[in-house]
Amino acid sequence: MRRTAPINCTLRHCLAALALLSMLSGWAGADDLRVPATVQAGQSFSIPAEGSGQATFYLVGPDHVVKRSVTLGSAVAIQSSDVRAAGRYHAILCSSSCTSAAFLVEAAKPAHLSFFLHPSRVPVSTPQSIDATAFVFDQYFNLVLTPAVVDFRITPESGASFSRPSTARRGVTWMRLDSTPHEGRVQVTAVSDKTEEARVIQQVAAEACGLRMKAIPSGNAVTLETDPVRDCSGNALPDGTVVSFTKVDRQGKSTVDTPIKKGVARVEFSLHGPAQIGVACGVVLGNEVALNGKL
Amino acid sequence: MKWGLVFFLAIATAVLVAFAWLQSGGLKQHAMLSAATPEEAVQALMGQIQAHNFEPAYASLDRSSDTDLASFTRELAGSDGSLRTYSSLQTAEVSPLHSDADQALVRVRMNWSSALGSLDDVRDLHVRRDGSVWRVVWPKPAPSAVPPQVVSVNYLRWEVIGRNTSQNWGAQDVDSPKVRITSMNAISRPGRVVILGEVENEDTVPAYLNVNATLLKADGSPIEEEGSFDLISHVLLPKQVSPYRIDFPGVRMDAVKSVRMDARALLVPASADPVIAVSDQAVSKDGLDRNVLKGSLVNESGRPVNIAQVLAAYYDNSGKVIWVSDGYVDQALMPQVPVPFAVDIPDDIAARLKNYRVIVNHYARSSD
Repeated sequence: MRRTAPINCTLRHCLAALALLSMLSGWAGADDLRVPATVQAGQSFSIPAEGSGQATFYLVGPDHVVKRSVTLGSAVAIQSSDVRAAGRYHAILCSSSCTSAAFLVEAAKPAHLSFFLHPSRVPVSTPQSIDATAFVFDQYFNLVLTPAVVDFRITPESGASFSRPSTARRGVTWMRLDSTPHEGRVQVTAVSDKTEEARVIQQVAAEACGLRMKAIPSGNAVTLETDPVRDCSGNALPDGTVVSFTKVDRQGKSTVDTPIKKGVARVEFSLHGPAQIGVACGVVLGNEVALNGKL
Repeated sequence: MKWGLVFFLAIATAVLVAFAWLQSGGLKQHAMLSAATPEEAVQALMGQIQAHNFEPAYASLDRSSDTDLASFTRELAGSDGSLRTYSSLQTAEVSPLHSDADQALVRVRMNWSSALGSLDDVRDLHVRRDGSVWRVVWPKPAPSAVPPQVVSVNYLRWEVIGRNTSQNWGAQDVDSPKVRITSMNAISRPGRVVILGEVENEDTVPAYLNVNATLLKADGSPIEEEGSFDLISHVLLPKQVSPYRIDFPGVRMDAVKSVRMDARALLVPASADPVIAVSDQAVSKDGLDRNVLKGSLVNESGRPVNIAQVLAAYYDNSGKVIWVSDGYVDQALMPQVPVPFAVDIPDDIAARLKNYRVIVNHYARSSD
């Protein structure tokens, strides 16, 4: 028995060849080949070929076609590499006439996970804000359609770890999660059988809360400094967050958009008479300060 | 015959010399040296500036001018990669304001064409009689630098490490920043529809932002789609708010049933510096009696900002954004040096505006 290399063909050509061979085998009216009804992906097996003499064997799968010359009277060995892709296969044996049989290749055991965790940053204390979706694949990257258990293990930076087991149906499973009140890194690991995939999500401070500044006058100038800028859960807003200071005095209006550095935002204004100064962070307004006792 | 050739050569030489004199600005120089009126003196000076003849222009100034050649040239030709260095004087309209026997005040409206559009510079110049001619008194330039010093900058910067493209499907990546259009207003202006409002970067990372709008008919089909182009601050730091304006020239408001807004943000590396303060903002009239929002920009960092753009949002009594205007500043923002700016406000908007907010876009040649 001589094994030939798989035929490289386009999907259209493969389907045409498949149709033609199926028609030929039907016209010949020969007995069907005896093949297993289902085979696990990557599992080698053999197909008995009765009779005597030489014949040509075709194996038409979802992603490739194999053609071989075989000797009738012995079994046709199907290599594991010929049945890696899950799906419906047609085995066709042609000598003076053609016989054929179809069988199904199913995905093997879970071996890979494609794991999506969204978003990569999430504000703290936001309900149902974290989406975790896992797709289960076997070692040949066939989607495992049989139910498979996927365990989502959540490890926050502070606080106890916990897990959420889930069963993948038709190859996919997902869960939704609230973000916790504390900022920091949260690791979510999807585990199925002996495979696991880890992703990291960053819980970040939400909008500023109780924004306050204090004024330190010095001659004709005033230094304004916010208290440490925090959200309503007490998390510090990250450095670089823009805080806007607005001063209105006799000279007109002056504004400075300055980033938080080391937890606080600081700015210096020169003063021209009584002044009113306000502070804001995004759409959140803070306190107002009136200097020289008059607005 | 011999005398004819001599005569011809003499005439040809005279013509060529006259042509060279004209080409080298001799006529303008002559006009300047013999400026019989204040307007002629200013016009001749503008002619020299237009031709980039700064040395003769400086030489024509009145001796009481409190400037030197280097400062004069720097002021008019630009320096430090400012927008003025990419500009040229296109036109100069001169109009007398006041005149007596020895002194005059002349208004000049200089229109500079630049890489970012035309820029107006209106100045009132004093002109003095010097014998039989008039000479311009050039004002003392504003200080362009602070004394030598060390400015400490503890600088915040964000860098992005993206996903490796060779990784499998489902590999982790960093998400784009979350931005939100906080207000949107559609208004009708002569010959166009304008969409304007504000957008906020709600995230904790910087965003490169574009806002697009699609005008829709009653049946839902699009009329036109436009982007905010340069009427927005494209790079927004965390929690920063920018106004935006999108113009639809040639579209009538009665044809528009609804508007579809689209804010797209990309995660980009960015720096939190420089901080640019906008001081002494006030709405007033300029020399041409137009409504303008004036103020000064102060670069609070330690290195120059080459080109700055002022974006102003105007609000009515109810806090709704009713207009967004912008203006480029043609001087570089040197550290700690106030640079004046003025942006136009349409008359009808000026009558309704209750409040305003200014932000500054900037470009620095060495931004790293």
